[in-house]
Amino acid sequence: MTMIHKAPWFWAWVAAIAAFCATWSLSAGGAGGTALAVAALTFGSFSVMTGLGQMLVITMGPGNTDLSIPATMTLAATLSLKLMGGMTGSAGLIVLAGLVSALAIGAGVGVANFALIRLLRIPPIIATLSASFLYQSLAIWSNRGLRIKPPQVLADFTTGRALLGIPNLAWVALIISFGFWVLLNQSGFGRRISAIGQNPRAARLAGVPTARVSATTYVICAIMAGLTGFLLACFSGGAALNMGAEFLLMSIAVTVIGGSSIAGGNSNVPGIWAGALFMYLIVSMLNSYGLGAGVRLLSTGIIIIAIVAAASGRKARL
Amino acid sequence: MRSVSPRLVLPVLSLTVLIAAVFWLQPRAMSYVGINLLFNLAVPIALATVAQMIIIMVNDIDLSMGAFVSLIACITAAILPTDPALGIAMLVGCVLVYAALGALIEIRQLPAIVVTLGMSFVWSGAAVLILPSPGGTAPVWLTAIMKAKPPFVPVAIIASVLIATVAHLIVMRSSFGVKLRALGGNARAVSRSGRSTVLLRASAYGLAGIFAMLAGMALVGLTTSGDANIALRYTLLSIAGVILGGGEFTGGRVSPVGAVIGALTLTLAGSFLSFLRLSPDWQIGAQGAILILVLAARLVVRQAEKRS
Repeated sequence: MTMIHKAPWFWAWVAAIAAFCATWSLSAGGAGGTALAVAALTFGSFSVMTGLGQMLVITMGPGNTDLSIPATMTLAATLSLKLMGGMTGSAGLIVLAGLVSALAIGAGVGVANFALIRLLRIPPIIATLSASFLYQSLAIWSNRGLRIKPPQVLADFTTGRALLGIPNLAWVALIISFGFWVLLNQSGFGRRISAIGQNPRAARLAGVPTARVSATTYVICAIMAGLTGFLLACFSGGAALNMGAEFLLMSIAVTVIGGSSIAGGNSNVPGIWAGALFMYLIVSMLNSYGLGAGVRLLSTGIIIIAIVAAASGRKARL
Repeated sequence: MRSVSPRLVLPVLSLTVLIAAVFWLQPRAMSYVGINLLFNLAVPIALATVAQMIIIMVNDIDLSMGAFVSLIACITAAILPTDPALGIAMLVGCVLVYAALGALIEIRQLPAIVVTLGMSFVWSGAAVLILPSPGGTAPVWLTAIMKAKPPFVPVAIIASVLIATVAHLIVMRSSFGVKLRALGGNARAVSRSGRSTVLLRASAYGLAGIFAMLAGMALVGLTTSGDANIALRYTLLSIAGVILGGGEFTGGRVSPVGAVIGALTLTLAGSFLSFLRLSPDWQIGAQGAILILVLAARLVVRQAEKRS
């Protein structure tokens, strides 16, 4: 592994570790290291899970971005928690029903998104944007301001640290990440996504079923959003209408910071983790400086743009 | 002779249908006061839509429009009345930052969607710093303009026509506008012809920034106070307005008149939905549905054109 510093995710990890050390040194006497790591892993997991889906979509090339992730998260969380709240019976069955319904809502959203892109021939950004209004409305309508509590089992699971002191959520995200790594790097499907992103025309002429691959990608992305919404709602004690808001930027940001090409065709999974941890740590670092919400927002934006500007430089001017 | 571009047929048609539907549901709206009330809030939306249209014209998309308009509203309400010199300097500074963004995007070949998403944080942060809680007052002259009552024609209509005319003259009739549209149509051809794409994209963003600034000021003139979240929905509204108005996402094919019509249609759609007593839960969803319907209608029209 002499070439490790050449990996696209290398600098993202350096930045994440630097941010960790900087934040750690600020916390009282360095004692908060474990707490900080646990928090970063927990909150980072949500960014990782949305980011993985968005990464696959972005891999397919310019214009491919899913803007319906926040609405999908809210919709899946609201409906699945409502379903679980109304159920009686064994806890295992309730949890299973909730999980399956969240995933199914995600899949439905993905199919709807792709149908719009395909049938109306509109750019994915606009298709997912307009559709997200409908999902948002659906969530508002079904929620009606009620905050339904998740089943205790799920609340315990999502906030717990059962294995090696690492948050359960991080394990879930890690297992899924491994799945995505296999999908992207070891499977024909992953190679087809990258091929489409590098040159859609060449991919089509080479016999890649572009429509099918693209449909699958949007469905996977929406399912990931549904799952993240479900877990986030269980973690935070209920679904809220704006719960997904920050994950629109976050999912794109972690992809780009992690060294995946925003122009598509070249993505990597390890970078998603670095990007997610970095984004959380930067915010908590700004927090521990005691800065207000305004400065925090401002710095987050500037940092993202600076990283994007620095990272894209190598491939400028094709 | 192309007096009415075919691009405008669908937008004009949808606005007419919607106006007819609103008047049918609520005949009292058919008056000076009624029309002013219906279209009042369209003025800032129309300005923001024209701004978004200029960005879309150069093949980018601006996801920070709402945050930027909110920031301008905060500056206008909190700083402009008490310290005009500082307020004007800040407004000019905001427009210059916008132009610099265009230059940055072109120089480093960055995706505009990511840069503007990041900028939406920056604008929101600045707005919160300037006006931590809703408040401030509108400058007197601004309220006077926005709430003026000229004879016969409500100010909202005059303003909409004025915005459409000015935008049309700049974008469609001036050589500057032609260059900007060329940048969206074929950036490589523009750079081969010896023009600086960096300068052009920066001026496109600067021009958009000016329209967005006017949007924020017009909004404060109507609401008479500012808030860091006052215009966040403008991002989506402005994109929807451009599309409703017959604009395309690529190739510099846009219509300034259409964009203003699109903004009026969207504003009216809101009133129409409330006249229908539609539950507020479905208001956002209905706007999404209208957007999808228009895009579907456009596809049908285009296919019919191809066949004939």
